[in-house]
Formats: sequence, C-alpha cells, structure tokens
Amino acid sequence: MAKKKGLWNEFSKGIVKENPVLRLVLGTCSTLAITTAASNAIGMGLATTFVLVCSNAVISMLRKIIPDKVRIPCYIVVIAGFVTIVQLLIEAFSPALKTALGVYLPLIVVNCIIFGRAEMFASKNKVLPSILDGLGMGIGFTCTLLCMGIIRELLGNGTVFGMPILSNFMPSIVIFLLPPGGFFVFGFLVAVANKLSGEGKAPEEIGCAGFRGCAGCALSSGCSVLKKKDGGTEKK
Amino acid sequence: MKQLLAIFLAAILTENYILEKFLGICPFLGVSKNRKNAIGMSVAVTLVMVISTAVTWPIYYNILVPNGLDYLETIVFILVIAVLVQLIETTLKKYIPSLYNALGVYLPLITTNCAVLGVTMLVLDKHTANPASFGYGQALVNAFGAGIGFLVAMVMFSGVRERIEMNDVPKFWKGLPITLVAASLTAVSFLGFQGLVTGMLGY
Repeated sequence: MAKKKGLWNEFSKGIVKENPVLRLVLGTCSTLAITTAASNAIGMGLATTFVLVCSNAVISMLRKIIPDKVRIPCYIVVIAGFVTIVQLLIEAFSPALKTALGVYLPLIVVNCIIFGRAEMFASKNKVLPSILDGLGMGIGFTCTLLCMGIIRELLGNGTVFGMPILSNFMPSIVIFLLPPGGFFVFGFLVAVANKLSGEGKAPEEIGCAGFRGCAGCALSSGCSVLKKKDGGTEKK
Repeated sequence: MKQLLAIFLAAILTENYILEKFLGICPFLGVSKNRKNAIGMSVAVTLVMVISTAVTWPIYYNILVPNGLDYLETIVFILVIAVLVQLIETTLKKYIPSLYNALGVYLPLITTNCAVLGVTMLVLDKHTANPASFGYGQALVNAFGAGIGFLVAMVMFSGVRERIEMNDVPKFWKGLPITLVAASLTAVSFLGFQGLVTGMLGY
C-alpha cells in the first residue's frame, strides 16, 4: 500500500505541486510561443508528453550503462530520436498541426522539462516511477498550456477551439495573440499559482538560481559540468 | 548589399528572437538580472549561432538532402551544435584564455538554448520559401543579426529589471510574475518596429 502511494505521488506531483511550467519554470519557450490557440496547446502538450514518457523510460533503463561523463550527449541522442518519431507521426496524421507548431515541434528536443526530468529523476530511479513521473509532468505541462491557450484564444480571438463564444459580445483584444499578450498571461498565471500554492512563496530566483533555467535544467548539470571541469583541473 | 542590410535589421528588430519568436526565453529570464552577465551570454550566443549556421547549412544541403536523410535534421543539428560548443570551448581555453575567462561560463549552457537550434532551422525554412535570393551568405547574416537582436533585448531588459528591483511589488507578483509583465511591456515596444525595415529599404 505504501508503495502504491509512493507511485501515485510520483505521478501526481507533476500536475499541481511541482507543475513544470508554473512552479519549476521549465519549458517556457514553447509555452509562450504556441499557446495562441487551445488546439495547438493540446497538440504541443501531447507531443511533449509522449517524448517525455518515452525518453524517461529509456534513460531510466540505460541509467547503469551510460557513463556519467558522456550522459548529456547520450540523453540528447535519445530525446532527439523520439522527437524525430513524433515529427514524422504528426506530419503523417495531422499536417495542419505541423504547420501550426512550425519550428517549435523540432525544438521539443531542447525543451528543458525533458532534459530536466532525465537529469533529475530518470537517471536515478527505476523504470516504472520514471514513466509515471514523465506522465505526471507531461499532464501538468499539457494542462497549463491548455489553460493559457484557452485564455489567449478567448480574449484574443473570441473563440475556444474555434467555436465563437465572446466574439458576439465584445471586440477581440488582438494583443493577447501577439507576443506581449503571451508574456502577460504567463505572468498572471504564475502569480495565481503563487497565490494558490499558499503564502505567496514565490520561486525565489527567476527560473534559475543563478544559471538554472532552460539551459540550466538541461545542464543544471551545466553547473555540474563546470564543477566537473574544476574537479578535472584539480586532479591535474 | 541593401538586401543583406534589410535581413540584418529585420533579424534584430522585427524578428527579434526573444521578444517576437520566444526563443531563448530561459537565459532571457535567468541571466538578465545583471548587465555584465547579459552581455557575456549574448556575445557567446551570437558566436555559437553564426558558427553553427555556417556548419549545419552545408551539412544539410550537401550530405542530408542528397542522401534523402533530411528527416534526421533535428538529431544531426543538435549533435553538431553540442560538438561545436565543446570545440569552441576547448579552442578558446587553449588559444584565447582571456576570452575564455569572459565567455567560458556561458558556453555549456548554450547547447540547449533553443535560439541556436531555432536559427539553424529557420534559415533553412527561409531558403525553401525563397531559394533564389536567400543563400548561404544571407543565412550567415541572418544568424549574426539574430545574435545581435538577442544582445539588444537582453541589455534592454537588464536595465528594466534593475528598475523593478527598486519598486514595491505586491507579494504574489514578486519575482517571476512581475518580470514577465515587464517583458510583456518590452515586447510591446518591439511591436512598434513592425514594417520599419520594409518601409525603409523596400524589402
């Protein structure tokens, strides 16, 4: 029973408590760029979830085989492989979605959520918890994207999933579809998440204590790469 | 010449990678707290952008496309960028230690910067859309302009953030939320450049 609870915990933490976008501030680029419509947001969220679950599973299986020193290139190859699969699948089944996501689809490969989870979780845990962790994080990511997508589409275009809702009552506020609106809605959601998660404990540093963050998450190891280098020179 | 200038200016102002295309948001939020770091990071990004575009373009058109392997674009490009970053780092360390000391810290972080991978892919799209007038040289100019645009946005925003530090912000808006709202206002200012390049140079 306790074990079951542990697994449930791995799964559920990504959805609210450690929501990758709003609490850990990972994967901001794609969050801001493709949430101009709710349907794009779902497409992007599901594509990322697929890559996240698969790469978490594979990296977790290989965690004892991959040498520590070359783990980042190894992760990159695994992740890029799955991203290519997703690209081909989407191109085959939904060319419209491919056009809508554009360059951000291949850019899933540098989405820091995936790197971050590989580095922080999958490389240290067994396969099943890693898969659940990936699934939970992916669902958290998809929900956040959907939320942002609905807000931006509703205010910017008066529709949700293409169905007109507000457009009969008021003129649409186009700026919500433009880049500034993306930043604004995202800031607003983070503020709401801070409020809800109690006592306004804002994430202290912006995304990255010093150098964490997109680059960081991928290479929060970036720091450990640096550390290792320092270690290396010391040995010499 | 006029066309190159138009591409360069467009990459900085109207197609700004951070504020218009949302590429490289993480370093934008993470490193822009301090102007010196912001400049160091942007120079390193510019360097890597130009060099990786210079390398990935020939690889794509001379190796991948003739062999029908263009679906491997993503995986090849990210590996090439990772290798290049490592190479640049080692070279700088060995031959130009002063530059390495200034930029070295930022280099490992750039591999996963989406702006770099983004620029190498977007120039390919531009070539496909317009094969006659957008060639290798134009791609390099575009990459350089994208880097400078990154620099401009980072430096501008680090100034904005120094001002935020001194303001009294409501509790829940402290930190990230208020920074994002500030970024939103900065992005509004860049919307003002829309149509500038076309109007000025006729491209």
